[in-house]
Amino acid sequence: MAKSLTQEFVKGLWDEVPPFRLVLGLCPTLAVTKAVENGIGMGVATTFVLVFSNILISSMRNVIPSKVRIASFIVIIATFVTIAELLMQAYTYPLFKKLGIFIPLIVVNCIILGRAEAFASKRGVFRSFLDGLGIGIGFTLSLVALAAVRELLGTGSLTFWVKPIQILGPSFKPFSFMVEAPGAFVALGLMLCIMNLAGRK
Amino acid sequence: MGDYFVLAISSIFINNILLAQYLGNCPFLGTSKKMETAVGMGMAVIFVLVMAGIITWITNTFFLVKFDLEYLRTVVFILVIASLVQFVEMFLKKSIPALYAGLGIFLPLITTNCAVMGVCLILVNEEYNFMQALVASFCYAVGFALALILFAGVRERILLARVPTPLQDTSIALVTAGILSLTFFAFKGMV
Repeated sequence: MAKSLTQEFVKGLWDEVPPFRLVLGLCPTLAVTKAVENGIGMGVATTFVLVFSNILISSMRNVIPSKVRIASFIVIIATFVTIAELLMQAYTYPLFKKLGIFIPLIVVNCIILGRAEAFASKRGVFRSFLDGLGIGIGFTLSLVALAAVRELLGTGSLTFWVKPIQILGPSFKPFSFMVEAPGAFVALGLMLCIMNLAGRK
Repeated sequence: MGDYFVLAISSIFINNILLAQYLGNCPFLGTSKKMETAVGMGMAVIFVLVMAGIITWITNTFFLVKFDLEYLRTVVFILVIASLVQFVEMFLKKSIPALYAGLGIFLPLITTNCAVMGVCLILVNEEYNFMQALVASFCYAVGFALALILFAGVRERILLARVPTPLQDTSIALVTAGILSLTFFAFKGMV
């Protein structure tokens, strides 16, 4: 069942969009979505790691012995995470501070290892690149959507880059439950419910 | 002694690894459908996390910091954890088959459990000394097991309730986790 190249890319945006359809990579999803800015930063960093590790793993798929494949995948992923970490430390230091330990934790994000094992280790380089890009963009969009809901209800403003923009008027009373830990779980649960409703037809 | 008590309470309740720090949520949702698996996973995490915490602490202090290699931390930590888990699995299989039968299937999952890697990074970031690292890693693991077992108890009851179709499974589990997290949130006033 060979999919066309466009399909490989598009499936990451709706059919298999993490963290909604594949319930993977929940920890960064819940933790960084206090502000839209954090969601964008995390999404871009994850996409970077996902795309490059997919490319490298797929191009080395005939060289890596299958017994030690998981260990090899982890080393490749960890290398790209370190690159992303150092780049963010150098160029976007405030964001790097805010995301904290969740940047090194991209290594144990199940989405990346999942794509490496299920997709990149079996398919060609270009297909793996498209798959990584699609899933990465899907993940970024989900993070942004969740963060927008939480930040808007929790603070009444949206932070796209550095400065918060006030959206709701001064009469709005911030619902601070949403930006705290419990709100993260509830918001994600309700969004999942809405996705189920929308997909049911 | 008092300091260690505060550290223990804050690691178990206030900064609960699952419900306040959002680490280790994949196994939290994945293994909480039945009480048995939740207990098994909780014990496996306590077992591995204490060892991983100590070993990564030692690696970091006597190797990475000493030779100025801190930028390699991510790669080194994940390799240490992965090989530790593999080693524990082999050791248990050979020497304590009874324990292996209980924890065996959960061990491979622990490598990609971000709670383990997360606690190792927290220990290093907070610059704990050896005793503090030991106490904190044990208490974080206990907090993980506690939250997981509580959640499994609640989830077993949800099976008996009538849940609207779109909310079923993961969705209702997340909302429940939110309410559980709210109860842990109340501990914030304690210290």
